[in-house]
Amino acid sequence: MFVPSRRAVLRTGLAATSLMAMPAILRAQGSSVKLGIIQPVTGALANDGDLGKLGAELAVQDINAAGGLKALGGAKLEIVFADSRSNPETAAQETERLNGEGVAAIVGGFGSGLCATASQAASRYDLPYLIDVGVADQLTQRGLKNTFRFSPSFGMVTKSALERLVALNDAAGKPARTVVIVHEDGLFGSGLAKLLQAELPKLGFQILETVSHPSPARDMANVVLRIRSLQPDLVIPSNYYGEFVLLARTMQQQRVRPKGIYAILGGGASSLRFVKEFPQAAEGVMDCNHWPDPKNPLTAELRKRTEAAGRAFAYNVPMNYSAVRLMAEAIEKAGAPDRLKIIEALSTQSFSSGVMPYGQSKFANGQNTGALPLNTQVQGGDVKVIAPDAFAEAKANFPLKA
Amino acid sequence: MYAPQILIEAALNGLMTGAVYALIALGLTLVYGVLHIINFAHGALLTVAMFAVWGAFALFHLDPYLAMIGIVPLMFGLGYGLQRFVIGPASHGSDNNVLLVTLGLSIVLENALLALFRSDTRALDSDAALQVIELGPLLLSTPRLIGFAASLAVTGLLWLVLNRTDTGRAIRAVAREKLGARLVGIEVDHVYAVTFGIGCACLAVAACLLMPTYYVNPRSGAAFVLVAFTIVVLGGMGSIAGALVGGLIIGVVESFSGLLLGDSLGQIGIFLIFILVLLVRPTGLFGARA
Repeated sequence: MFVPSRRAVLRTGLAATSLMAMPAILRAQGSSVKLGIIQPVTGALANDGDLGKLGAELAVQDINAAGGLKALGGAKLEIVFADSRSNPETAAQETERLNGEGVAAIVGGFGSGLCATASQAASRYDLPYLIDVGVADQLTQRGLKNTFRFSPSFGMVTKSALERLVALNDAAGKPARTVVIVHEDGLFGSGLAKLLQAELPKLGFQILETVSHPSPARDMANVVLRIRSLQPDLVIPSNYYGEFVLLARTMQQQRVRPKGIYAILGGGASSLRFVKEFPQAAEGVMDCNHWPDPKNPLTAELRKRTEAAGRAFAYNVPMNYSAVRLMAEAIEKAGAPDRLKIIEALSTQSFSSGVMPYGQSKFANGQNTGALPLNTQVQGGDVKVIAPDAFAEAKANFPLKA
Repeated sequence: MYAPQILIEAALNGLMTGAVYALIALGLTLVYGVLHIINFAHGALLTVAMFAVWGAFALFHLDPYLAMIGIVPLMFGLGYGLQRFVIGPASHGSDNNVLLVTLGLSIVLENALLALFRSDTRALDSDAALQVIELGPLLLSTPRLIGFAASLAVTGLLWLVLNRTDTGRAIRAVAREKLGARLVGIEVDHVYAVTFGIGCACLAVAACLLMPTYYVNPRSGAAFVLVAFTIVVLGGMGSIAGALVGGLIIGVVESFSGLLLGDSLGQIGIFLIFILVLLVRPTGLFGARA
């Protein structure tokens, strides 16, 4: 039983933001394996955390319904859930708690900062930690033996995004040459902007301007005015949901129609909520982001189940669904819920990737080498995959037809 | 550099945004002028009003401008009740306590919203949101134009209420001399609560004007409140004309510095103007000479 230190209790008391009850400590049944799931279900990232948690729950339901962990005599998976409250410090404390509850492994995290502290805390106990989404390159460069990333890193995503942008432009007869970058001025947006400023000119694009804005932004009128006066062929936004929606709607209102809007890990461009709520502003927006394999029949089924749970589908669901399934496979391959054996299995073997388009997942230095982002575009009120060809459901609409 | 039409449009955008800022600052400055308290719950109350507008749209598909008819009295009632039954009694007559009470209130409100609505960002797709009025080469956003006109109207109305009605006289009397007002039979607690209610009603109007183009999450109000505080000090604590002029100035400054320096750096412009005014006129533009 984990007894928090007095300081931790005080700090938690001061934070006093979450009204979530601590999950009751479940008594281990005769044959069940405890799996730690950590997600930010309160705080700034709650929407993402909520969807991630749903994905993990659906995976555990499916695994248990199909007879549990067969290699362990049909042992059932049991979720021990932790809320990181969108706060890195809490993520570390909650990881300590999960360790105290005796979980065999942890899946989740979502935000890079949250993943960093949680996996660090888990490493002290040789507790296997599988990151669902956190993209910061550094996460797998800290020499932590217990930490594995299921998703592609920031570097992998941007590399694919730039390659596919060039391919897309070439295929259309090079209509786009000038670019305006719009980014939020936090770590994520600024990092991406810096990388684009270095790489785009090498690929033959001219950056007319890089516009940064704070999050939350009160207004996008000035950003859009600048875009209107510069008339770029392409707009590359990297910001969070609220600001992206504001930008897209202001552009629509001010009748700014570049040949393409090409988001990289975009805030709203891969969100079915955005598509549903603002179909006009969303139409034609492209995004290079995490996305499930559209050709896998399970993908459509997951989408149905997400909507049945009253939520709009986003990549968090399939990512966590697949990551939990991968972890279950690793526990089976380890032959026992033994932490060191699970780490050993994850480091040396290959796994199926659920509904993600990763083929066989294999980990080198903790990074899944099969991980791959997909390019999507909003077409006809739905998100369609347009690249790479192996997964494409639709042809890219580029340059945008008015 | 920029085409003249872009510059004109930036100026107009600034005026239109600034008018709504002014409306938010109005409630803050009024409460300060009468109750002599700095209301830290102002941002959270704005968020409450914005959620009310969003809720009216989500549940009854009520246009934000129409929703004003219901939400303004509701917010007035909420403000009245809060001052009369929470802030007033809890402060025991000490201004320092009021600060802490309003700060506590803001934490409670923000987290109640978080519990009710999660931290999701929500927006509504109203018909007016994307309409523009074309003036030659200029594209003026209709909802902002409405916001501008409504803000001016509300400011004018408030000025009339304060200067031409018995309630307004009572409010001014209490602001000037609390004890004297009590001695001539004015119910001070009631006047306090009415003032707080009016402040919240201004927020309700601002929320209805913002929501067609803006989004709401439990922390949205905070983005506006820092600007509102700046406007209050710039215009002069407690001055209605000051809030309006200050709001318009801040709006235009923000718009131009945003256009010329980018939106992140553009925020500097606001605070440069702010510091300059304080250096030259410590009481603010319309502040009474202390």
